[in-house]
Amino acid sequence: MTFRSAVITFPGSNCDRDMAVAVEQVCGGDVHRVWHGDANLPEGLDFIALPGGFSYGDYLRSGAMAARSPVMQAVIAAANRGVAVLGVCNGFQVLTEAGLLPGALMRNAGIRFVCREVALQVENNTSIFTNRYFKDQRITVPVAHHDGNFFADEATLDRLEGEGQIAFRYAEEVNGSVRNIAGVLNAKGNVLGMMPHPERHIEKAQGGIDGRALFESVVRSLVSA
Amino acid sequence: MKVRVFVSLKNGVLDPQGRAIHHAIEGLGFSGVADVRAGRMIELEVDDTVTDAALDQMAQKLLANMVIENYSIERVAA
Repeated sequence: MTFRSAVITFPGSNCDRDMAVAVEQVCGGDVHRVWHGDANLPEGLDFIALPGGFSYGDYLRSGAMAARSPVMQAVIAAANRGVAVLGVCNGFQVLTEAGLLPGALMRNAGIRFVCREVALQVENNTSIFTNRYFKDQRITVPVAHHDGNFFADEATLDRLEGEGQIAFRYAEEVNGSVRNIAGVLNAKGNVLGMMPHPERHIEKAQGGIDGRALFESVVRSLVSA
Repeated sequence: MKVRVFVSLKNGVLDPQGRAIHHAIEGLGFSGVADVRAGRMIELEVDDTVTDAALDQMAQKLLANMVIENYSIERVAA
């Protein structure tokens, strides 16, 4: 069976092409590029990726406008049907704003935009997005964000910890995120949001390949399922 | 009619922008400022048919992120 995926482009997305290339190279299959104004997604998708960038100029709050765009109503419906959805950076912000993931992403605690490679620890290696990593594996993935400071109330955080919904933690101080959370899963495990950019580390020429296993996990989980 | 929606961070949520503004105020030589919290004010021009309940919905669904923010609504007499 052919792996069918979609990469959504919002006005102001700037990692959508990188994402499409990563999905195409690692997952293969048909990668559809979908515009934010489209009310419908292609039929029979296995995987949807929301890329990084500055959708709608980050007006109001990062991801707030994109979360209410026409295509997101279709993405929310697909996620609720169990389709795998990955949001990276601005895509993570969109997923929290759309209510598909808990918490919110606030201005970095240090105020400054952070753009560098960071060390991550794999907390959950059983999800469809992370099963090609080892538990507690240290990986290096780039970040580039101004609003990456993850916040949720204590009760929510305890629930996330208890249910294994924390996919990645920063292994160093990056942006002030509570409990160093870098990536979270929804309760069902079919939606992942993360601030670091796995699609920017899939081949050696990019300086690292630690992001590759995420896309390998997705294709292995979904095609063998 | 003019409506002002004030959006601010909930108590207990750290406000790095407010902290930076506070530093800048002190840098200008002003003293006596204990704390600064930054928020936003959104002004809507609405007709009389727009109910308080509708304004609440606008605030909760879009203008504020209820995970981290509170809002208050003020109708301004024309």
